[in-house]
Amino acid sequence: MTSSTASVAVLDASRLGHQLEQLAAGLGIERWDLGAACSTDTSVQVDRGEAKQLKGAQRSSITVRVWNGDGLVGITSTSDLSPAGLARALGIAHEASAYGNADETPSFSPLATAALQPLDQPLLEPVGILSLLDTLKEAERVLLSRHEAISTVPYNGLAQRSSDRIYLNSAGACRQQRLSTASVYLYARAEQAGRKPRSSGAVRLAYGASQLDLAGCIEEAAERTISHLDYAPIDTGYYTCVFSPEAFLDLIGAFSSLFNARAVLDGVSLSNRESLGEQLAVPFLSIHDNGLHPGNIGASAFDGEGTPVQRLALVDGGVLRQFIHSEATARAFGVAPTGHAGLGAKVSVGANWLEIGPGSSSGGSSGLDRHKADGVVWIDSLSALHAGVKPSQGSFSLPFDGWLIQGGEPRSIEAATVAGDIRTVLNSLLGFEGPGKITPDGLCPHVWVEGLSITGDA
Amino acid sequence: MVASLPLSLVQIEPFDLSWRSRLETVLAAGRAAGATLVEVFLESTDHIGLLAEQDTITNVSPAFGKGAGIRVFRGDQDGFVSTNDLSDRGLNSALEQALGMLGLELGSAGHGGFEGLGDLRDFGTAKNSWLSGCPSLGDATGRLLEGTGLLERHGSHLQSRRGSYARDWQEVMVAASDGTFARDIRLHQSVGLNALAADGEHRASQGRRYGSTDRPDDLLQWDAEASARDLCASAEAMLRADYVEAGSYPVVLANRFGGVIFHEACGHLLETTQLERGTTPFADQVGCPIAHPAVTAVDEGLSTGAFGSLSMDDEGMEPQRTVLIENGVLKRFLSDRAGELRTGHARTGSGRRQSHAFAAASRMRNTFIAAGPHSPADLIGSVERGLYCKSMGGGSVGPTGQFNFAVEEGYLIENGLLGKPVKGATLIGEAKDVLPRISMCANDLELAAGFCGSVSGSIFVTVGQPHIKVDSITVGGR
Repeated sequence: MTSSTASVAVLDASRLGHQLEQLAAGLGIERWDLGAACSTDTSVQVDRGEAKQLKGAQRSSITVRVWNGDGLVGITSTSDLSPAGLARALGIAHEASAYGNADETPSFSPLATAALQPLDQPLLEPVGILSLLDTLKEAERVLLSRHEAISTVPYNGLAQRSSDRIYLNSAGACRQQRLSTASVYLYARAEQAGRKPRSSGAVRLAYGASQLDLAGCIEEAAERTISHLDYAPIDTGYYTCVFSPEAFLDLIGAFSSLFNARAVLDGVSLSNRESLGEQLAVPFLSIHDNGLHPGNIGASAFDGEGTPVQRLALVDGGVLRQFIHSEATARAFGVAPTGHAGLGAKVSVGANWLEIGPGSSSGGSSGLDRHKADGVVWIDSLSALHAGVKPSQGSFSLPFDGWLIQGGEPRSIEAATVAGDIRTVLNSLLGFEGPGKITPDGLCPHVWVEGLSITGDA
Repeated sequence: MVASLPLSLVQIEPFDLSWRSRLETVLAAGRAAGATLVEVFLESTDHIGLLAEQDTITNVSPAFGKGAGIRVFRGDQDGFVSTNDLSDRGLNSALEQALGMLGLELGSAGHGGFEGLGDLRDFGTAKNSWLSGCPSLGDATGRLLEGTGLLERHGSHLQSRRGSYARDWQEVMVAASDGTFARDIRLHQSVGLNALAADGEHRASQGRRYGSTDRPDDLLQWDAEASARDLCASAEAMLRADYVEAGSYPVVLANRFGGVIFHEACGHLLETTQLERGTTPFADQVGCPIAHPAVTAVDEGLSTGAFGSLSMDDEGMEPQRTVLIENGVLKRFLSDRAGELRTGHARTGSGRRQSHAFAAASRMRNTFIAAGPHSPADLIGSVERGLYCKSMGGGSVGPTGQFNFAVEEGYLIENGLLGKPVKGATLIGEAKDVLPRISMCANDLELAAGFCGSVSGSIFVTVGQPHIKVDSITVGGR
């Protein structure tokens, strides 16, 4: 079902579809769909000039859904793409369909055959793993040479992937997307006599290892790490905070159930059906989901149900405008699917890539400049989002790395957490600083927020 | 009619002695190419995930698969390749790629000194019927719906009720060019309940999860009534709780899942992977006091039915009981094959991985602080003003050792007595600062099932402790 060289795996969509069709017919299954993917990965890690770990992987996976005679859905996933594996997967999915949810049965997306927007994604050949190793060794060497306090780069990696993904259904939909991506991360550790070790780093993504901005990654990792060497504790209290683009995107992403129709229907979102049209935030905030943005490395043209990905206004003028949907949630709301679905018996819904900023609205403080601020906390990165965020309650309490700016001079904060309520945050925005920055998770400028609770580690 | 088999009766082709010659061929080829050690890890999996919401089964997610991970050492360096292709061609291709990572090439004749595999140590012989002994889909869905129904009966203001169940069956075979040849079957089951209580602006979400290994009928034995009552009481208590005031307090941590802090903040620093990275502050501290004398901590893989127990680790070694800290003194690190090679710390049966897609690494199993002489009431009674953490959520440990953990259910302690519930608390600190402040351990040690994500993926573990008192810790709040 897959053909594979040492470097690139490719799915034969036509053969896979034909095989499923025959197997399904043999089992009396008339309606089915599937998502399949295969990939080849290589990655390296280094430690003080030596190879630490070299890894390669050939992966394949398939998820089949079937509809039984009562219209109920069953599903099975497997890594076995052999004919026997597919037959077994179909059989198990059919058995599972007896327990399908009669109250909410997924269907094929009405947009599963709609035209896809073209993506400008170069397919780059992978480079040899020993070349990756040399590149990462050199990056580590340069980073270690940037400051005498930088003693190691304990977390680092250079990886590349070639992948192929398809969606097929028994009504004739056929989607396929091939992709090559590469990533590098460098997290340095710096230590000075009598002081606590400090750590920071940077990440870069590209369509191939040869396109990675290694110099930028090294520069950012060094700059960030060095900036935390001179640190001091912070007094517990309430502060005006400036979120870096990465930190604010992380925070909004952690509360994306606000915009998620699946979470709304499940009763675990702060939003409800009537929330559309309500003022959610300050009037100068806009949030769009745009998986097709050219800055979204590795963007998908279609979601797990084959629906085209698109740009969608979630919040405009501070007003909640639209939810993100799967086929089933869209049907429940009487709208079209939006390209945010997974593939399942109960289909998950998730955001793709967020654009945050003033949009077409105006307002908020102008001339905000953290380099001229006083008594302001600059939050560079948030941690432990999986544990410190309560999406259904709206509250968060998160450790962060950042600086206290006094008289325009930033000084690293030894250790601290920031706590608050997302609804309060969204209505306490003072404004944006600078242009939006493209990050792996989205596009966002620096965001100023008034009056957040900061706890210093005493 | 559809000719599908009941899930429990699906035939899975086992890893058996027929694999010996195929594996020996791979291992000999690797050694002949110049590798100092070659290891093959074969895996077959069968998974069921179920979700019940309110009073409906909303998701049934079966999955199955096979794969292999091939690891090649040349001195203390290694290359690792995983594949879903278990054909001879697939295994050879993976071996060739792994050798190439170390500058080695297939093709040399001979066996490179490989003397063949030893006798198969088959820990799975008595476990072959486990998969078919697990609850049927009908029984499992029935138990989950019973759980969400009990939440409805015992709870109030519940906006969302969920029950989830996961059954993970895994057959593994490990073969290495040092003669290691072993097979095992593992079975992990977990069941959880979650509820979101809402009343106007007040909201509280609570969850509980229980897990076991090696007990096919465990779901049928699950005390859904007690689980639901416990969860509803917590949700009710926390629904209108005020936010905790930030500051530095004495803290009493409850037993069972309270042990997650020791696991995350200290246990990971005692794995040889951290030694290799140079990221543990305890690198040269074996034999030195690193904790209060009240603290003895253990990691083991032997407790019957515990989520982190194993008959063998993922490198074919039988697990041990490893005393990490004894009366405050650091005794040992947890080590795997690569850890032993690179740090000199002897293997402890701790080489673990999520699946064939990961190389094994030194990881925890059942990790706990040992029981002390006090009663829980002694600990609470010794605190004039502090925080009681009855239920802990997740957390994280930074690359330089700082930890942060969310408190799911907390109560103020005032004049030695439990006071009002508080929410939004986060415990913040560093292991090397906090370990010396664990001044009292109670006599009520219990373990709790959990999942640990790290360098070799997500694995089944237990955490545990008795009630413990930390003399002072930073509490993040509002």
